[in-house]
Amino acid sequence: MRWIWIDRILELERGTRCVAVKNVTAAEEVLHDHFPAKDGRPAQPVMPNPLIIEGFAQTAGILVGHANDFREKVILAKIGKAIFTDAARPGDQLRFTAHIERLDESGASTHGVVEVRDPAGGDFQPLATIEMMFSHIDKNRSGLAFPEHNFVFSETFMDLLRQSGFGG
Amino acid sequence: MAMTADEVFDKVREVLVDALGVDDDDVTGDAKLVEDLGAESIDFLDIVFRLEKAFGIKIAQGEMFPDNVLNDPKYVVDGKVTDEGMAELRRRMPHANLDAFDKTRKVDDFSNVFTVDAVVKFVQSKLG
Repeated sequence: MRWIWIDRILELERGTRCVAVKNVTAAEEVLHDHFPAKDGRPAQPVMPNPLIIEGFAQTAGILVGHANDFREKVILAKIGKAIFTDAARPGDQLRFTAHIERLDESGASTHGVVEVRDPAGGDFQPLATIEMMFSHIDKNRSGLAFPEHNFVFSETFMDLLRQSGFGG
Repeated sequence: MAMTADEVFDKVREVLVDALGVDDDDVTGDAKLVEDLGAESIDFLDIVFRLEKAFGIKIAQGEMFPDNVLNDPKYVVDGKVTDEGMAELRRRMPHANLDAFDKTRKVDDFSNVFTVDAVVKFVQSKLG
């Protein structure tokens, strides 16, 4: 994980489930391009769906990595499904809940939901359902050498874990 | 009661449609997972996980698709599978028809042995 796209991990149950949140802010430049005002239509800033998938991937990736104490290099390998029913706007909070469906030495399949909450009121509402697979790349790339150090679960990532109250 | 061959095929078809995003009609017995249905390496793991769930079976790594045989220098020389390698593949993959592959033995052609029928036969052997 070379960049962090979630703000805090709320729950982390080994090999079972991980919950994380991300706040959507107008300070994020991407929202100014997605979508800008055009032909008389005002700007409609929403979090791009691929970045919402990235937030889920980080949440699910942490869950898969944690199952083996972050020894494996866990790489997103396949998005089986991503169905969106709503959008996230500046000020909203996203909540990612990932579950492990199956884990073995080669990798893992995960599924879960993304929900969105408007701070002006109300509870979290469904935003997307996602299925994705992760590969333990050292186990799937015979003959190809990867760096020894775990570039997926970097120091920045470990800081996030500690700041969220998990890990040493 | 044991599942019939047709029932196994229908369930395997469902798995492949979900895992590979192909149409029902594309999944015929002789369809090749890679060449015809567009499977990539991670899809094989996905298919294994889905088969385990659909049929309530356990599949060990490399049991259905023993690709590690081809990474063993003992079994491959100059990009071709040796006699010893061929014997190992036949031992490990009784569910696949290796006759066509045996003619060229080119490692690059190996993915052609992964047909829908091979998956069906593999599942049947696991169900007993």
